[in-house]
Amino acid sequence: MITAKTAQLAGRYDVAVIGAGPAGIAAAVAAQAAGCGRILLVDREPEAGGILNQCIHSGFGLHQFGEELTGPEYVSHSLAQVDTRCVDVVTGTFVADIAPDRALTLMGGETGVRQVQSGVVVLAMGARERTRGAIQIPGGRPAGVMTAGLAQRFVNMLGVLPGRRVVILGSGDIGLIMARRLTLEGVEVVGVFEIMPYANGLGRNIVQCLHDFDIPLHLSTTVVEIHGNDRVEAVTVAPVDEALRPILSHARRIPCDALLLSIGLVPENELSHQLRLRMDPLTGGPVVSSTLETSMNGVYAAGNVLHINDLVDWVSEEAARAGRYAADALQGRHPPADNVRLVPGDNVASVVPQSVAAGREHTVFLRARHTFEQSAIRFGEIYTKKVRYVCPAETIAITLKPAFLDRFPGGALRIDIYPRAGEAE
Amino acid sequence: MTTVTHYLCIGCPLGCRLEVESEQEQIVAIRGFSCKLGKEYAAREHTDPRRMVATTVAIEGGLWARLPVKTAGTVPKDRVRAVCDALHRIHLNAPVAMGDVVARDILGTGVDVVATRTMPLIERPP
Ligand SMILES: Cc1cc2nc3c(=O)[nH]c(=O)nc-3n(C[C@H](O)[C@H](O)[C@H](O)COP(=O)(O)OP(=O)(O)OC[C@H]3O[C@@H](n4cnc5c(N)ncnc54)[C@H](O)[C@@H]3O)c2cc1C
Repeated sequence: MITAKTAQLAGRYDVAVIGAGPAGIAAAVAAQAAGCGRILLVDREPEAGGILNQCIHSGFGLHQFGEELTGPEYVSHSLAQVDTRCVDVVTGTFVADIAPDRALTLMGGETGVRQVQSGVVVLAMGARERTRGAIQIPGGRPAGVMTAGLAQRFVNMLGVLPGRRVVILGSGDIGLIMARRLTLEGVEVVGVFEIMPYANGLGRNIVQCLHDFDIPLHLSTTVVEIHGNDRVEAVTVAPVDEALRPILSHARRIPCDALLLSIGLVPENELSHQLRLRMDPLTGGPVVSSTLETSMNGVYAAGNVLHINDLVDWVSEEAARAGRYAADALQGRHPPADNVRLVPGDNVASVVPQSVAAGREHTVFLRARHTFEQSAIRFGEIYTKKVRYVCPAETIAITLKPAFLDRFPGGALRIDIYPRAGEAE
Repeated sequence: MTTVTHYLCIGCPLGCRLEVESEQEQIVAIRGFSCKLGKEYAAREHTDPRRMVATTVAIEGGLWARLPVKTAGTVPKDRVRAVCDALHRIHLNAPVAMGDVVARDILGTGVDVVATRTMPLIERPP
């Protein structure tokens, strides 16, 4: 069933999935494939799909569907796998609370507050963008300062432009994509400003979003002041020194009527905090085992709520595992408990999951702290993998074969990423 | 005289750094790719750069005010803006199905523009 009315829902479900983005959809499909009869997939938006509904550019789905799709096409391919005879998709409905006994409090615009009980829960609430408050730019509070993702929604879904002459702060992929998008909509994009000495987004986006349209990228430069009372009138930008302190003697004023911020995402974990899940300060998401179970029995997590992903294909893959493990647990199948704790070492910013078990294959997601052209990733003494290129903006996915872990007695396994000398192949 | 031009592959997120060596406009060597697509991209980019275009067109009667669309194939890079400008003049009415052709042979490029989502007609109270 697909509905916007919570009154039509059953009182009990086997699996409840919170958030119907790519993660939630994949988790529900996996639970359905594992034989769960009653699955609830909830989203507060008027339709399923999550953030991909506004990501109209292509570049999704090469791994999952073997072709390059746009965000909305990826959603449509994913939703086609949902069997609405066993999955109830309820939209326009906000999950306000999850009790430790897995009673969910749902708030629907059409039918009000409703409680349903679930056997297991998969958290798939995605992420939200960092806002101006996170970087504290001085100046007034005029209209026209917004996150790049909000501007993306304005332009691609609501048909409203954020301004006529726009400055973008931060070189994350969403900012780069929006630089191109706004240019094609006839908006003047003055430039993209990045405080770090390197760009945060993928190289392909620098080429096809900035170079193709001659949009300048200013590295080691930031916005130090926003001018305007009712509406943004200008921003002041300044280069920064090695300690990222602005060099105000070189500041200059740029007239514009909007400032877009592309300064990163944070996992959306209000419900996780309410549940008092153990959190990982490195990812901003819950700590999970190799079955993607959080510190609370029967509560699983996947996708951006767990750790920020840059490739939606991996989100779907990870969430499918969460859905399958959740269904297994419900049906009384529990794999052996984890015996290896993964500990971030040199140059490792985060690792997910935080533990693994011998005897099974695992996909481990890492983030590097620095950029290396040639690198090697070392898992203690048991396994070293050469990787061509690592950088903080890109997730690294590593497959750990049972053969490696079986050689390890258990306990803490340290992961290091180090640069490797040598020529490119 | 041989010249070496550098490109960054946009075929996938890997972003290989490509090198095209040419002599009097003739490509003599391509280096730095890690798959067939990369090699083809380098040659293409050097002689006839092309891009997919994804944009939106105005639509009435659907859940949202814009319908996402894309070119069904690549168009010459220098026509990208013109394609978007032409699409700005199109106004559709819901319902539209994913894959529906929104503009045939856009600007004579031989490439169709298709809807990338289904937009059902929403019943709204008058
Ligand atoms: C603005 C933006 C642009 C992006 N662009 C790209 C891109 O171009 N390419 C790419 O590969 N990746 C992109 N990403 C990353 C992208 O988020 C992931 O690839 C993927 O969409 C994450 O899937 P998800 O299901 O975890 O989260 P989401 O897609 O964010 O889905 C989460 C869903 O949960 C719902 N939800 C949250 N809390 C509740 C609640 N309490 N009750 C009910 N529903 C709730 C939300 O409404 C949302 O629909 C982008 C992310 C953002 C934020």
